[in-house]
Amino acid sequence: MPLVKNGKITDDVFAVVADDAEIPEDGALIISAARFLENPEVLSRRVGRTGVIWPNNRDLDDLVPYLDRLALVALVFPTFRDGRAYSQARLLRERYGYHGEMRATGQVLRDQFLFMTRAGFDAFEVKKPADAEAFAGTVQRYSVFYQPTGDGRLTALHRRMLSRHSERANQ
Amino acid sequence: MYAYDQLDRALINERVDEFRDQVKRRLSGELTEDEFKMLRLQNGVYLQLHAYMFRVAIPYGTLSSRQLRRLAHVARRYDRGYGHFTTRQNIQFNWIKLAELPDALADLAEVGIHAMQTSGNNTRNVTSDQWAGVAPGEVEDPRIWSELLRQYTTLHPEFSFLPRKFKFAITASAHDRAAIKIHDIGLRLHKNAEGETGFEVLVGGGLGRTPFIAKTIKSFVHGHDLLSYVEAILRVYNQYGRRDNIYKARMKILVHELGIEKFAQEVEEEWQQMRGNSLTLDDGIIEEIRSRFTYPAYEKLPHMPDELKKAAHDAHFERWRKNSVALHKVQGYAIVTLSLKPVGGPPGDATADQMDAIADLADKYSFGEIRVGHEQNLALPHVARRDLPALWKALDKLGLATPNVNLVSDIIACPGLDYCSLANARSIPIAQELTRRFANHDIASLIGRLHINISGCINACGHHHVGHIGILGVEKNGEEFYQITIGGRADENAELGNLIGPAVPYAEVADVVEDIVEAYLALRVRPDELFVETVKRLGVEPFRERVYATR
Repeated sequence: MPLVKNGKITDDVFAVVADDAEIPEDGALIISAARFLENPEVLSRRVGRTGVIWPNNRDLDDLVPYLDRLALVALVFPTFRDGRAYSQARLLRERYGYHGEMRATGQVLRDQFLFMTRAGFDAFEVKKPADAEAFAGTVQRYSVFYQPTGDGRLTALHRRMLSRHSERANQ
Repeated sequence: MYAYDQLDRALINERVDEFRDQVKRRLSGELTEDEFKMLRLQNGVYLQLHAYMFRVAIPYGTLSSRQLRRLAHVARRYDRGYGHFTTRQNIQFNWIKLAELPDALADLAEVGIHAMQTSGNNTRNVTSDQWAGVAPGEVEDPRIWSELLRQYTTLHPEFSFLPRKFKFAITASAHDRAAIKIHDIGLRLHKNAEGETGFEVLVGGGLGRTPFIAKTIKSFVHGHDLLSYVEAILRVYNQYGRRDNIYKARMKILVHELGIEKFAQEVEEEWQQMRGNSLTLDDGIIEEIRSRFTYPAYEKLPHMPDELKKAAHDAHFERWRKNSVALHKVQGYAIVTLSLKPVGGPPGDATADQMDAIADLADKYSFGEIRVGHEQNLALPHVARRDLPALWKALDKLGLATPNVNLVSDIIACPGLDYCSLANARSIPIAQELTRRFANHDIASLIGRLHINISGCINACGHHHVGHIGILGVEKNGEEFYQITIGGRADENAELGNLIGPAVPYAEVADVVEDIVEAYLALRVRPDELFVETVKRLGVEPFRERVYATR
């Protein structure tokens, strides 16, 4: 499954640790939420970079205290129809100020890329190689956005206000 | 009318390009049918019994003559020469070919029409009062807010994969013509003590197999806070709405299971965290949207022009005027409803030729504007009263002057088993038979206001729960049967109807409705006691007795 990061297909430097495997002190690892919460103080202070895969039906409150020590949060789309992780992503970015890698996992398909980007995802475990290759073009499909989100794109409403102000300034 | 600017136009053109690409990937096999299904639904394309069905949005029921002509063009060029207006201010085409859909969308995009989110598990077309902006006594034009919501809900990056579909409706009149209480979010525009515009927000309404009337979650949300409050509701629903069972996934079930107090508390907590954020609408932004709605330059005209006095001698004209013409907020003008319920016709259908002709009449008599109501009729919202006789003659020739608006033959019906892959029973032939039974205008007029709503299955697209008489098609051992409810209504006093007894077979439905109506005529205490009022006063029992005594 190709990983897209910064708009390009990239090697994954993170390894997923099975729940029954030992967790080494170094190396970039992704740990399950249940495993992480058994000992979050210690695991979030590992020498190596730590990522957590967070289920879409679990409240973010348990994760929030450790966010600034995590290198990666992976959110889950069990099917592309299940949109809960979009809300989690926006909350992590916009409310809790999470700056690390936010990875979309599960059934991640081309036609969700832009929604995901706008919700704050910056890494994508893409199901189909052809979709991964089409990433850069797909996220540039739209030039107009109606809603303000944490991605910083100006909304249509604000662009209209700006053009009104500049018209007035030029008068 | 709201005028699209280059940003609105750019977005719908980009959406057409995206959909064209999606269709291409489906036709090449790159997308599976399961993957494509979701994508086509997000753009109003269903697979029905015989063909693909294509649903196009008419946001808050406002159309220009140019847009209506383009709908006629789509009906003619890509379909079989007609379209079907739905209960949610959409139009459906029933015979469209998948490979031609992108071209049809591109044709519509040229006039600022789209099919975004007319189906699928997302925020649907925002509906409103078809008399918005012209009804006397309206607090203010709700379409300004409808348009703000339309933009806000279009391609929302967080809420495009909700547990289930999600519907908004807005009214700004005391009499609710938008059926806001059967929507996921119903908004009633009103002003607070300081004279500021805001909304009573209702949540959790909806029909389908578990019908609920919406409950008030907050009695006043300031207009500035409308979008942030709506986002708080959507976020709570997106996270906690059920996804394990499609029949329990609508927000009404979440509101019901949590209880309105608990649900309101969850929303309030979420809203307090985001209130005042970038979703806040300042007065400048609201004005910006308002400024792109244009209003006709009304003339100063008399309420009783000579043309109208003269035509009053024509009984046919008078019959139509009394039934289909409503008061306008501006003296000398009228709102004219065009009945799409001719005797023997399928409710809500219009031919391409009719659409073109209506567009011409709108140009001539209504400042080029047409409205679409949830009762599946059209309206011309700005007709000078002196033009009413001439307009009537033209409408009559087109078969659009049936004087049955709000009467027993003004039936709401879904497409039913004639088209729909979900249906258990036919709806349209039942409606057609009923319009024949009640074709006599004097009798229909004597009966007075009576809404019959027909759904061909439990999904309730024909709003049977809130029909004064509701008819629901079910299947029993391979045969079509119909459950009959009475006492429902969809207005400001919305209520769900009550079942009168066991389901009856297809052939008996019209007889049963006639029995119910006869019982009502015998039971009402005065001629202006409406059917729903008699049912409210007496309950179901006398009607049940009358219907089942001889069956």
